[in-house]
Amino acid sequence: MNVHEYQAKELMRKFGIKVLNGAVAKTVDEAVKGAEKLGGKVWVVKAQIHAGGRGKAGGVKLAKSLDEVKTYASQILHSTLVTHQTGPEGKKVNTLLIEEGCNIAKEFYLGIVLDRNTSKVTFMASREGGVEIEEVAHKNPDAIVKVAVEPGAGYQPYIGRILSNALGLDAAQSKEADAFYKGLYKLYVESDCSIAEINPLVLTGDNQMIALDAKLNFDENALFRHPDIAAYRDLTEESAKEVEASKYGLSYIELDGNIGCLVNGAGLAMSTLDIIKLHGGNAANFLDVGGGATKEAVEQAFRIILSDPNVKAILVNIFGGIMKCDIIAEGVIAAAKAVSLKVPLVVRLEGTNVELGKKILSESGLAITAANDLGDAAVKVVAAAKGA
Amino acid sequence: MAILIDKNTRLITIGITGKQGTFHTKGSEAYGTKVVGGVTPGKGGTVHEGWPVFNTVKEAVKTTEANAAMVFVPPPFAADAILECIEAKLPIIICITEGIPILDMVKVKDALSRNPEVRLIGPNCPGVITPGQCKIGIMPGHIHLPGRVGIISRSGTLTYEAVGQLTARGIGQSTCVGIGGDPVNGTNFIDVLDMFNRDPDTDAVIMIGEIGGSAETDAARWIKKNMKKPVVGFIAGAAAPKGKRMGHAGALISGEDDTAAAKFKVLEECGIAVAKSPADLGKTLESVLKK
Repeated sequence: MNVHEYQAKELMRKFGIKVLNGAVAKTVDEAVKGAEKLGGKVWVVKAQIHAGGRGKAGGVKLAKSLDEVKTYASQILHSTLVTHQTGPEGKKVNTLLIEEGCNIAKEFYLGIVLDRNTSKVTFMASREGGVEIEEVAHKNPDAIVKVAVEPGAGYQPYIGRILSNALGLDAAQSKEADAFYKGLYKLYVESDCSIAEINPLVLTGDNQMIALDAKLNFDENALFRHPDIAAYRDLTEESAKEVEASKYGLSYIELDGNIGCLVNGAGLAMSTLDIIKLHGGNAANFLDVGGGATKEAVEQAFRIILSDPNVKAILVNIFGGIMKCDIIAEGVIAAAKAVSLKVPLVVRLEGTNVELGKKILSESGLAITAANDLGDAAVKVVAAAKGA
Repeated sequence: MAILIDKNTRLITIGITGKQGTFHTKGSEAYGTKVVGGVTPGKGGTVHEGWPVFNTVKEAVKTTEANAAMVFVPPPFAADAILECIEAKLPIIICITEGIPILDMVKVKDALSRNPEVRLIGPNCPGVITPGQCKIGIMPGHIHLPGRVGIISRSGTLTYEAVGQLTARGIGQSTCVGIGGDPVNGTNFIDVLDMFNRDPDTDAVIMIGEIGGSAETDAARWIKKNMKKPVVGFIAGAAAPKGKRMGHAGALISGEDDTAAAKFKVLEECGIAVAKSPADLGKTLESVLKK
């Protein structure tokens, strides 16, 4: 789960990580009042969206007067920002963060992730701050130093020494940076983060270290033990359909094709998109109904698939293990009737009670095209979508 | 022979009195697996569906001489249950549970590294089956056929798909292993490939991977160097968009190296017979057996 920069900074502050003073604003008026309260002569107006690349897209502006705060706040608030992470549709800005200005001498990158290869929580640091770490990793991988944390030992001072040495910090700066390393690690493990990033971590002209930007991602499977973090969830940043689907235990992702898919199991659901593409079609969605979907869940799945106006045909692909094919067949029929299905429906059933399932479908009186196997199903649904 | 489990496996289920635990323990027993008991804290001393129930794994192992455990404990408590199985030195632990917090699995992985005699399969997996001998997990037993092809997969239903295609061609399976769709799991492709390589009852292997991470490319390089038997490979997610989690926690494209195209390329370079379509798994395996 993603959170906004201002929420990430709230958490970082709790863990002893120095961030700038800021004010959260939902209106232009609040933005100006917030800036006034912060004082000073320079402010930064920052769009709060769940995506990086805001600066380049015009979502971060330096204001040198309260008038400029007002101007920029009016420009950015309620605008739609398109960055390389938002997709072409962009993201609407509902909230601003107004921060005091700061005098930047140097910019660094500091992050913590879980390294899948070692299964260890791992620090990453680089002198190339303020640019995306993926870009650094691609162009100049040697510029990133990685230090894995031994799970039994946790954070130890040697980790800080390696990181500070790599960042080229002097003794006084290293001492200050230690609070960032320790704090970020503690935040990561105690809050079940999946990504914790400070980019850039800046050294100011008066030799202070500050987290200028903050990105935190949380493990959704662990939110049950962090109700405070779960409360940070901003549903306006997520796809309404994906949120709706998750209520029924369905894993749904909208795509840009025209063939709706209803599959059991994540791997088979992914492969279904693949095989549709191999046969010259394009899936409108990924949808995994899971292992124990009920008739109601199947019906909801149909509703969600059909709420996409691009859908010209639907493929149901079920390899029944626990899930019995006759139950799925009944679910499909009930759903097709309930939503008065008008697009062609191709059904491929395999596994437990497959013969009974096929019989139920063929006797339903509905215009269902039965497919014999995965390849056959793909050919038939691609043809159906083109014919419609 | 086969690998991991066979007719001599003695199974206990952790979380045996739960709805899922009960249902799938029955299914495993019906397939022929020797179920010797189960564990549910607080219900020790009772008998559930004919199986003795114990309060701790240690006690269950001592009394029943179990040598394998199937874990059906809800996600918040599953890592704790796995750690208890590790403490009891159970040689095979198969965890079906989906949705375990990843930092919990980091602790489990650390404990496993200090207990090399213990092997964890999963979590978030369908389990393991040696057709005709032993089934530990949630897969439909009846689609399998005893034989000499090994299967390793990160996905459940896609494994069934591969099994179905093999069985339809009359090609049987030695052992099918679901290693699970999570980014941190107990057993990786290389571990299982190594077992199949040394198993006299396995002639060829199907490896089914996904987008995300580098497990498949690491395995491909290992295969090129060490594998004496033909391997058929497939990677799910060629049509998946970048940055979207495709159902499995581990199925997420984060860079250029973990796309399906990049993985397919490495597989081919390492001499693996690649099935470009998930419908061609059986056909491709058949063709490598004929060579």
